[in-house]
Amino acid sequence: MADARDMTADPPARPPLAGGAPTAAATRPAAALRRQRPRGAWLVPTLYILFLLLPIYWLVNMSFKSNQEILGAFSLWPQQPTLRNYMVIFTDPAWYSGYINSIIYVVLNTVISVSVALPAAYAFSRYRFLGDKHLFFWLLTNRMAPPAVFALPFFQLYSAFGLIDTHIAVAIAHCLFNVPLAVWILEGFMSGVPKEIDETAYIDGYSFPRFFLRIFMPLIASGIGVAAFFCFMFSWVELLIARTLTTTDAKPIAATMTRTVSASGLDWGVLAAAGVLTIIPGALVIWFVRNYIAKGFALGRV
Amino acid sequence: MLELRNVTKRVGRVDHIRDVSLALRPGTLNVLLGPTLSGKTSLMRLMAGLDQPTAGSIHVEGRDVTGVAVQKRNVAMVYQQFINYPTLTVYENIASPLRVARADAATIDREVRRAADLLRLGPYLERTPLALSGGQQQRTALARAIVKKAGLVLLDEPLANLDYKLREELREELPRIFAQSGAIFVYATTEPQEALLLGGNTATLSEGRITQFGPTTEVFRRPLDLVTARTFADPPLNTISLEKAGGAFLLDGAPVMPVPAHLAAVADGTYTVAFQPHHLALAAQTPGAIPIRAKVTVAEITGSETFVHLAFADARFVMLAPGIHDLEPDTAVVVHVDARHLMMFDGAGRAVLPTLRAA
Repeated sequence: MADARDMTADPPARPPLAGGAPTAAATRPAAALRRQRPRGAWLVPTLYILFLLLPIYWLVNMSFKSNQEILGAFSLWPQQPTLRNYMVIFTDPAWYSGYINSIIYVVLNTVISVSVALPAAYAFSRYRFLGDKHLFFWLLTNRMAPPAVFALPFFQLYSAFGLIDTHIAVAIAHCLFNVPLAVWILEGFMSGVPKEIDETAYIDGYSFPRFFLRIFMPLIASGIGVAAFFCFMFSWVELLIARTLTTTDAKPIAATMTRTVSASGLDWGVLAAAGVLTIIPGALVIWFVRNYIAKGFALGRV
Repeated sequence: MLELRNVTKRVGRVDHIRDVSLALRPGTLNVLLGPTLSGKTSLMRLMAGLDQPTAGSIHVEGRDVTGVAVQKRNVAMVYQQFINYPTLTVYENIASPLRVARADAATIDREVRRAADLLRLGPYLERTPLALSGGQQQRTALARAIVKKAGLVLLDEPLANLDYKLREELREELPRIFAQSGAIFVYATTEPQEALLLGGNTATLSEGRITQFGPTTEVFRRPLDLVTARTFADPPLNTISLEKAGGAFLLDGAPVMPVPAHLAAVADGTYTVAFQPHHLALAAQTPGAIPIRAKVTVAEITGSETFVHLAFADARFVMLAPGIHDLEPDTAVVVHVDARHLMMFDGAGRAVLPTLRAA
């Protein structure tokens, strides 16, 4: 009796014969489509990429030229390639300390943002509390004000606490917009993990901290990576607050680059080399999260 | 011994569980039977300690454990969805409760391999759960529940998401696997047939209330009220409102069938008369079968059986007939009700004379 009843609920698996036919049929139109693609279809994307890469190419191009060549005749590539510009940056403390300062506060900020956002995102993802949805949305509104709005109060506040021109000042200031972002990204990734996994761990006997570190964090590792990447990027490219809160000891590279008008005029080549070196960290970091970056832009909600 | 005393669970303004009292003895298999949203999962979560009751208390071996954290409850639970730790291997998934309990390596290895053998997971121990089929994933979850040797094992529709063949297989094995452990088993299901196949005790749930609790066959054969009878019937229970007058049931004043002997002593009045679909037959198989004239609306052939939907006056009946019957719609047929299994319920839905009815 049971057999026949269950048969109605669960139809038997499709015979293997039927499975093969549609796949063969499906590949045929795809192949046909490929053949029908108009000639010259490669042209549009190629032009697009060329257009995007042109300014970057020009920056790299300039960084290997001397100032005379840059200001002289137009040339598509360096006629007398030189590494002098890079030598200046790697030997002059005024230049390379800018990179070190930037990296210090960016890494500090990334660590603070992600470690603060992890428990916050867990709370938003797993618990219902009074006003949780409003609070969650309010977090994001912090990103809607231009940083310039916060420059003045930050300067006054950090002066009062004697934090001006320290790395931690910039790192904490950047939390204003990085923590909400990290919370949103992590909440998206966390909500993709069924709550039953948490409960199974508790039933198995895991304490909350142990469950969070041993089971949960590995599950959302890609989310943590993406959140860290976004924190890194936004902190790295932010100029206004970083410049306001620093003078010399913690001066970021972007600030150094904007203050390089000397008596002899602009040092074009060195500036170009500095620009190239500024792009590199972002390019390196994005490599590690390239597979998850789209999900990150969707705040983990794909 | 697990005791629930007047447990109520309210979420917002909705009562998920209403005043449930239940006592489960060690070494028993207890089925929670009810349709979706009847409160099976809510009740299990209360038993596990994942949720706290709004009112009432939960006792284990006479000790009040109502507020005790789930980590300290010594329970195991398997969900309907296949829940495992995706980043750990199958081996580590099964070993997880033992690792947390700080068992030594040799014990862990022995227990994991024993459970894996029992559930035929041996070849997959080094894979991660997501690389396995659904059935293997659920077996991993079951293996984790086995190694824990918990005093209370909660299985929340563990076979619902599995394909037919695997479900059959695991359903046979489950009682055997868990039989020796002496734990209390609670098994939630929506399917009356699963409850009957598992045996043990059954508690029927409806809208957050336990309508009846007792040995499974007892609940099935002698439901105390109409709600229990309906819950424990698949295909749906056949019911019709009839007036009993002496030795006959009347419908709109006209006699439609005689009152069977075991119900003869019931006082006259209007009752809901009910019988299971398999107690309707085309041919009179038992002495005292009551013939009724009905009209076929649809006949569904499922292979070895036929579901015949019948119209009888304003009522709709379902007949579960063995064999294949090619009945055209609108055919007039005479079907036979097995009178011995006729049930009567009064206006409040309570069973009338349930103890007098023959098995």
